[in-house]
Amino acid sequence: MALEVMARAAAPIPLEVAFRVEPGELLALVGHSGSGKTTLLRTIAGLWRPEVARVSVDGVPWLDTAARVNLPPHRRRVGYVFQNYALFPHMTALQNVMAAMAARDTAEATRILDLVNLQGLSGRRPSQLSGGQQQRVALARALARRPQALLLDEPFSAVDRATRERLYAEIIALRAHLRMPVVLVTHDVNEAQLLADRMVVIDKGRVLRAGTTAEVMADPRALGAMGIRELAAMLPATIAAHLPDGLSQLEAPTGPLFLPRVEGPPGTRLRVRIMAHDVILSRSRPEGLSAQNILAGHVARVVSGAGPGAIVHVDVGGHEILARITRRALEQLDLQPGQEVHAILKSLSVARDHVAGAHPDHMARGL
Amino acid sequence: MDWTALSLSLHLAGWTVVILLPVSVLMGRFLAFRQFRGKALVEALVMLPLVLPPTVLGFYLLVSFGRESLLGQAWAGVFGQPLVFSFPGLVVASLLFNLPFAVQPAQRGFQAIPAEVREAAATCGMSPWRSLWTVELPLAWPGVVTAMVLTFAHTLGEFGVVLMVGGSIPGETRTIAIAIYDRVQAFDTDAAAVMSAVLVAISLVTIAVTFALSARLGRRLG
Repeated sequence: MALEVMARAAAPIPLEVAFRVEPGELLALVGHSGSGKTTLLRTIAGLWRPEVARVSVDGVPWLDTAARVNLPPHRRRVGYVFQNYALFPHMTALQNVMAAMAARDTAEATRILDLVNLQGLSGRRPSQLSGGQQQRVALARALARRPQALLLDEPFSAVDRATRERLYAEIIALRAHLRMPVVLVTHDVNEAQLLADRMVVIDKGRVLRAGTTAEVMADPRALGAMGIRELAAMLPATIAAHLPDGLSQLEAPTGPLFLPRVEGPPGTRLRVRIMAHDVILSRSRPEGLSAQNILAGHVARVVSGAGPGAIVHVDVGGHEILARITRRALEQLDLQPGQEVHAILKSLSVARDHVAGAHPDHMARGL
Repeated sequence: MDWTALSLSLHLAGWTVVILLPVSVLMGRFLAFRQFRGKALVEALVMLPLVLPPTVLGFYLLVSFGRESLLGQAWAGVFGQPLVFSFPGLVVASLLFNLPFAVQPAQRGFQAIPAEVREAAATCGMSPWRSLWTVELPLAWPGVVTAMVLTFAHTLGEFGVVLMVGGSIPGETRTIAIAIYDRVQAFDTDAAAVMSAVLVAISLVTIAVTFALSARLGRRLG
């Protein structure tokens, strides 16, 4: 049930993109507003037709401009979550979900609402729900159609940060139930890195970089379009204990990590995003330092950029941590591949929304 | 009080509303959602009866309904009676001069539906027809109801076109507005006053009930 997309257009924005999403995979289309990522999502759903395009699911074409195939939107089995949810304002949450069902089934609609944690709210209209709750109804409605492709257009941009963190966790948990390809459109690199298996970075309608999230996130050129400050590594971790001073102790392959309080009982598997510009490198193990996380490893490789900065990949217990330092510092420390080095991270530099639950597949793969 | 004229007016208004309702929905929706070449011209044509003097509209209708016209001949051929100076002729004229009142408010009602909501209906698997019934009409209906109320009230009050096309045949084309004019011409001010008051009352009640209904719906939808 793989989703294959190819699109070329000259207007309204120049577009030349092709990608493929496997069943159960979450692909993030990342780019600035106006890069063409939403246009691609609309192309898949049939809400927009580029001059030249091909969209197929499981080999069955939905759109093929060469063969003059163009199914109308209602004949394409997609689940579409709009940026502002676009719920039907005159219907209750339950009716919204049922509106997307081929055969109206109250029990099934209620089950889907339970799946997105909306127990007890099925009788409310959209105007009586919070932004996060509306987002969940929109997701439930998209799933109710048993879609062959799930399309999420900036689904978290209209809710506050605390709600967004909860929704990330819910989406990750929900993915255990999803067997279809999922396409997430976002301008938020953090979101993409936390949620996606693979990323396609789109800039001015073209693919700047495509690959696994780890590959893309380690490529300074790919991040050029999004801002090099987004460069970050992803570490798997498990909550070991919540300490009385407000920190949480996590077990990671790199050794213990101390972070500001993380939600979840001990034993919870997490992914922690560590920003490259927050990491300090030291040749010797530093002492008398306030930073709580000192991870010993060795330099895997060094990537110099065009500017004053360089990216050092540090192998810590088999996982890579990225450090963005100046070329001047690189020369002073004389860092070479294979050399022993200590990566230093302030506890408070890891933002709460840079921690998310582990995806079931990632657990299986150890990430 | 000319009850026959009042009944005729109510019948004319009723028929006009019944026939214009589907026109209002389909044409209002079409003009609200579709972009095409010459759309401005179509919209201008729909609005034209609003700005034309009723005598001008009435004159053209009279000419095109007459025995010499194709429409007039065809109608007389099929129904055995002329279209001019007849109730059916009044209905056709009424449909035309009510077009702006029937289409414009409905068009605005449909335009108020966010594009995303209509797209959501499509991505939920609704055909355009099902989307019209389950999403668009429930959201646009205050506009459609406004259109029908305006049409109804405006038909009751129309004078110039009715006089041109229908004349003043009792029981056939003499509406209450014409009857009032006749009474005034005959210096029967009392009858004119009663009928005028009745017309004011009916129009006021119709519009007030509609406003009350749509306010209630507005609260329900929040």
